[in-house]
Amino acid sequence: MNLSRRQMLVLLPAAAVAWKFVLAETPEQSPNYKMTEHWWGMLIDIPKCIGCGNCVRACATENDVPDGYFRTWVERYHVSDEDMTQPEVISPNGGKDGFPVAAEDDKKYFFVPKLCNHCADSPCTQVCPVGATFVAPDGVVLVDQKYCLGCAYCVQACPYGCRYIHPQKETADKCTLCYHRITQGLTTACCEACPTGARQLVDLKNPKDPIHEFLKTHSVQVLKPQMATGAKAFYNGLDGSVR
Amino acid sequence: MSRFKDVGHLFRFAGLFVLAFLIFLVVRHFVVPRSFGQYGHYRGAAMGEVAAHPAKFAGHETCEACHSEVAEKKNKGKHAHVNCEACHGAIYQRLPAPPVQQNLYERFLALVGKSLPPDPPLLRHAEDPTSVKPDLPDTAVLCARCHTASAAKPKGFPQVNPADHSNGIPCQTCHQPHSPAIDAGGAK
Repeated sequence: MNLSRRQMLVLLPAAAVAWKFVLAETPEQSPNYKMTEHWWGMLIDIPKCIGCGNCVRACATENDVPDGYFRTWVERYHVSDEDMTQPEVISPNGGKDGFPVAAEDDKKYFFVPKLCNHCADSPCTQVCPVGATFVAPDGVVLVDQKYCLGCAYCVQACPYGCRYIHPQKETADKCTLCYHRITQGLTTACCEACPTGARQLVDLKNPKDPIHEFLKTHSVQVLKPQMATGAKAFYNGLDGSVR
Repeated sequence: MSRFKDVGHLFRFAGLFVLAFLIFLVVRHFVVPRSFGQYGHYRGAAMGEVAAHPAKFAGHETCEACHSEVAEKKNKGKHAHVNCEACHGAIYQRLPAPPVQQNLYERFLALVGKSLPPDPPLLRHAEDPTSVKPDLPDTAVLCARCHTASAAKPKGFPQVNPADHSNGIPCQTCHQPHSPAIDAGGAK
């Protein structure tokens, strides 16, 4: 075979592209867990929350969350009946050690547990310059610790303040909705530890999940709905003063 | 044909572009992880890495597999909806870390401070009940966490002022934590 230089120049790139396809692997599938069959979220029943901080402690234990950083935390609201735009909000150490005893007065009190809302149209994943954070096919927003540069764009972009830069790893870190647990059929650590059932893991793609009945029969809201983030942390009994 | 006279330099130039494209393809092949783009603009393998984190809370089903008599008692009482580990905590201990074999890339990452050494393995009570034993929770602390009276708590939730209520007597003197109501035969 006698190839001219011109033929060679045409053939080489074509061969390279073909070789690339030969090398491409077929994606591996986990045997027990089908990502496409789930769409995870969480239901938070505010009237049931007693502010014990069990969820915050359980999360820190389960996920090795460093002190002073929170993947979930609890806020206590103290709101007067006339002015709900000026709530007094406290969250001492994220509610990890519980809350100070409150005396009865003419204002109302309630607790709001917060965590990553695992938004379907999440602002944090849209700003990542390297594709290190993403909405997984099962609706969980995750961070690729090996790919993350630690630029903190996502920390700024999250309207709910759910992300932080891990002080040792120097990468973005956040609630994984206990991905290592839910893919094994367990519930999240915070839901496991909640003594009153104020937090419940929900699978919106599971037709047998009680969330469907709950959403039908209750007035449920997400945080900052005006931002159209597609948040999947559903709050029952959410007060208008919650930000 | 006269129009295509003396065009050799153009082909040489085009050749440079083709060569650069080839080098790009080769570099790209080695630099872009295999699973990138498998599901979207991210590394598909990252999900497996997140899911590989060891669980510490065993889940109440695991506890109930052995402690069925406690579960039965609890499920009849007022603490039926409180899972075991809500009070007992996740029962595990860390084993000493094994020596780590790092490849060149991992050593580079460790050098630039991007990666932590992997966590030492866990020994869980559910896997080895004899060597990892739970501490008996201190009811004075444990019960008070939930049941200390506060105006911030929901009105229907049972609350007491520990000092007035028991005057320092441990809670389990009267209330059996797995079935706390005294009327229901919870008292010892």
